Amino acid sequence: MNYKFFPHTQDDVKQMLDKCGLKSLDELYKDIPEELQFKRDYDLPRAMSEIEVRNFFEELAMNNNPLKCFMGAGVYDHYTPAVVQDIVNRSEFLTSYTPYQAEISQGTLQYIFEYQSMMAELTGMEVSNASMYDGCTATAEAMMMAVSNAKKRNKVLISETVNPFVIRVVETYAKFHGIDVEMIEAENGVTSRADFEAKVGADDVAGVIVASPNFFGILEDYTGWADFCHEHKTLLIMNCPASALSVIKTPAEWGADIAVGDGQSLGIPMNFGGPYVGYLCTSKKLIRKMPGRIVGATTDADGKRAFVLTLQAREQHIRREKATSNICSNQSLMALFVTVYMSLMGKQGLREVNEISYSNAHYLADQLVKTGKFELEYPDKPFLNEFVVKTSLDVDDLLNYLEISYAAGVPIDDDKLLMCATETISKEDINDLIDAINEYIKEEKEDKNDE
Amino acid sequence: MNNTFYGKLIFELSKEGRKGYSLPENKLAEYKLNDLPAALMRQEPPCLPEVDEMTVVRHYTNMSNNNFGVDTGFYPLGSCTMKYNPKINEQMCAKPEFTQLHPLQAEADIQGALAVYYNLQRSLAELSGLKEFTLNPYAGAHGELTGLMVMRSYHLDNGNPNRVKVIIPDSAHGTNPASAAVCGLEVVVVKSRPDGTVDVEDLKPLLDENVAGMMMTNPNTLGIFEHNIAEIAKLVHEAGGLMYYDGANLNPMLGKCRPGDLGFDIMHINLHKTFSTPHGGGGPGSGPVGVREGLEKFLPNPRVIREQLTDDIYYYHIEDGEDSLGSISGFLGNFGVMMRAYAYILTLGKDEIKNVGPLAVLNANYVKESLKDYYELPLDGVCKHEFVFDGLKDKSTGVTTLDVAKRLLDYGFHAPTIYFPLLFHEAMMIEPPENESKETLDEFIEVMKKIAIEAKENPELVKTAPHNTPVRRLDDTKAALKQIVTYRELLSVDEL
Repeated sequence: MNYKFFPHTQDDVKQMLDKCGLKSLDELYKDIPEELQFKRDYDLPRAMSEIEVRNFFEELAMNNNPLKCFMGAGVYDHYTPAVVQDIVNRSEFLTSYTPYQAEISQGTLQYIFEYQSMMAELTGMEVSNASMYDGCTATAEAMMMAVSNAKKRNKVLISETVNPFVIRVVETYAKFHGIDVEMIEAENGVTSRADFEAKVGADDVAGVIVASPNFFGILEDYTGWADFCHEHKTLLIMNCPASALSVIKTPAEWGADIAVGDGQSLGIPMNFGGPYVGYLCTSKKLIRKMPGRIVGATTDADGKRAFVLTLQAREQHIRREKATSNICSNQSLMALFVTVYMSLMGKQGLREVNEISYSNAHYLADQLVKTGKFELEYPDKPFLNEFVVKTSLDVDDLLNYLEISYAAGVPIDDDKLLMCATETISKEDINDLIDAINEYIKEEKEDKNDE
Repeated sequence: MNNTFYGKLIFELSKEGRKGYSLPENKLAEYKLNDLPAALMRQEPPCLPEVDEMTVVRHYTNMSNNNFGVDTGFYPLGSCTMKYNPKINEQMCAKPEFTQLHPLQAEADIQGALAVYYNLQRSLAELSGLKEFTLNPYAGAHGELTGLMVMRSYHLDNGNPNRVKVIIPDSAHGTNPASAAVCGLEVVVVKSRPDGTVDVEDLKPLLDENVAGMMMTNPNTLGIFEHNIAEIAKLVHEAGGLMYYDGANLNPMLGKCRPGDLGFDIMHINLHKTFSTPHGGGGPGSGPVGVREGLEKFLPNPRVIREQLTDDIYYYHIEDGEDSLGSISGFLGNFGVMMRAYAYILTLGKDEIKNVGPLAVLNANYVKESLKDYYELPLDGVCKHEFVFDGLKDKSTGVTTLDVAKRLLDYGFHAPTIYFPLLFHEAMMIEPPENESKETLDEFIEVMKKIAIEAKENPELVKTAPHNTPVRRLDDTKAALKQIVTYRELLSVDEL
């Protein structure tokens, strides 16, 4: 029992048991029927010393292979400035609880207020909550918000151009929550306006979910869509990767009612899928329909400006089954992560990140086309840092070949690849990738000649 | 923790022209972002702060100093299990070979990560006595929702779409009914008996052909082990329902009892409680969901499957199951949190993990016995990891539970969970995890006694607490009325 996480000496245990009028630790469990108690040893490894734990993970790490990353599909390899992780690791932030005791949680409450302010700026919306789990669940929550707002409508539309990882989560939530989800068709990589108008025009739709940049990396033109939605009493929900919002037209500028998405692109490492941070922003009008925590400004007993969790009457711990959502824990520390990132980068830094990513991605696309084996799937569509190429090469075989050094893209069909470039990629990296692809083409040709 | 209030916002440190980053020169500047159609670009840049790097570092460091954390002091927070967050866990989960993996990389390149996921899943199954776990849910409430989706899928699969009633005790945490509602299920409340356990007689008439299942914590939120659990599980099963275990209170069970052995079919675990991962000011958490045999096919996609290649060599795959309830997360959940929990289980191992429960329970009983002359203990007897006081014993002073909680802050302790469970007006729920020493508990006990005396001798002092914290009691009503939730809004008002 004498172990580094347990401060109890034998004497402590005895004195404490005495205070309770008990003779042994087992007596603490005497109210549990014998037959329900667990009597054997767990089938687990023996305790490891810190050295052994280190060695264990070192060995596991050797079975992972982080590669030069040309993959996106919702998760982007942006650079994390050193300051960010250092601040996030501060134990005053890391080991603190949800800031219900505001007097000793101003650190947490202040950064959430800053986070909300920054996300509102990025999306152009009036208000933001304190964070959601990820972009997928944030979108599902927005869907439920739209249905709750519409009262008598139970249908939500989602464009086929939205990231399929988002769509499948939205569909799961919808299935159980009793919401009908219908797809809006894609046409040449963008959401079909005709299909959108036909379906929204039926006047039974609570909300419409679209994306920009969409799954194929395309910046879609939603001119007039919000007006059309509002004429038919439908909410427009837009899903956008957060970093792109520093340069592209914002959900607010399009007239959207709810902006959602993943904040991972704001410098959060790819982390093998998590933790990330979902954001959800909306108008003041809809604030009481919002899921999750919200921090507001107020004053203390001495009149000092300070921050506190507010509008809690929406939440599960007060409203129980009538709450706007069941969310309790969110991704608070990751909200701090992106807040520190945005503080460092500012509007200029975020713009530069997107400029370099844009340049890299467009150079990459040009160089791929020059190999003669690739063409852009949607050549007339504008993109930011991600695009789809169609190839005459065997996609799986090519990716396998490149896997020594590159995660070269996400295969989205037998002959299509979704590729992306961020500021962490250099011109030389792209040239090296193209050289490797040309090498593959050459070897493939030789193989064919041999046959 | 620094009790001098810092209070500035990063926006207030901004000065045009400053920057806190460096990026490589764009060698491909001939490809211009401005070439994108203007109609698709934002008109005004976002109003983000412009600050140099050191200013950012000082700002957040000063801010952090106004925060209380586990590394600062003791949290007696009931049902939150604020245990120590080992430092080795942080270092392991920060390893670049894990953090730099894209979730869609080829299986061959992510075998180490998949091994962590799979083996943690197996460890949790062993510790809870269930067949298989998904680690995809992001938090406890997300786990509840996922578990209820499993429950619903099971009934649909059996051709019972009408089974929509979920029975939840009145002492349950608010996420239970909220999760049921999100899952499209109907909440039915079952009453507690005076001793805080589920009233079996009240339960019986609720068990009809529309019952989907029952959600319980055990020990319950009063820290009482539901000794009728076997009978309850039998009744619910006979009625065709499933038993759901809310793992919020799993900590005292470690080493002594497994939910699977008590008759539970589905459960979630809060890795940020029982398995030592940090709360991070409210997240990220992780809420793995376990199920008994027969239900594993309903678990959410994607799943991690192990293939045995030789005696001791395995290969891991990511798979989508056909009968799965669907997906509830983008990828495989909060992987970074899993790394920490796995490091914790390896550190304790089979030998030490079994001491977690008994020591936590010892701590709780010791504090309870030491304070019951000063605070109203509605339920006497041995508790598990936590217990509830119904305010001060002497109610004549007008000092409330909120006042006591706030006064504790002055003495360098976090407050207990207050006004929950809802069964008692002045509830004060106390949980001292196993890492807390007798000295720390004695200090806490002394302070609690002192506050009880202060309440009698100088009630105003307690009612106006805290006095020594960075800020004093906050005006919640003003926050709700003004609804100032962004810096832009703050600028638009003359005064708060």
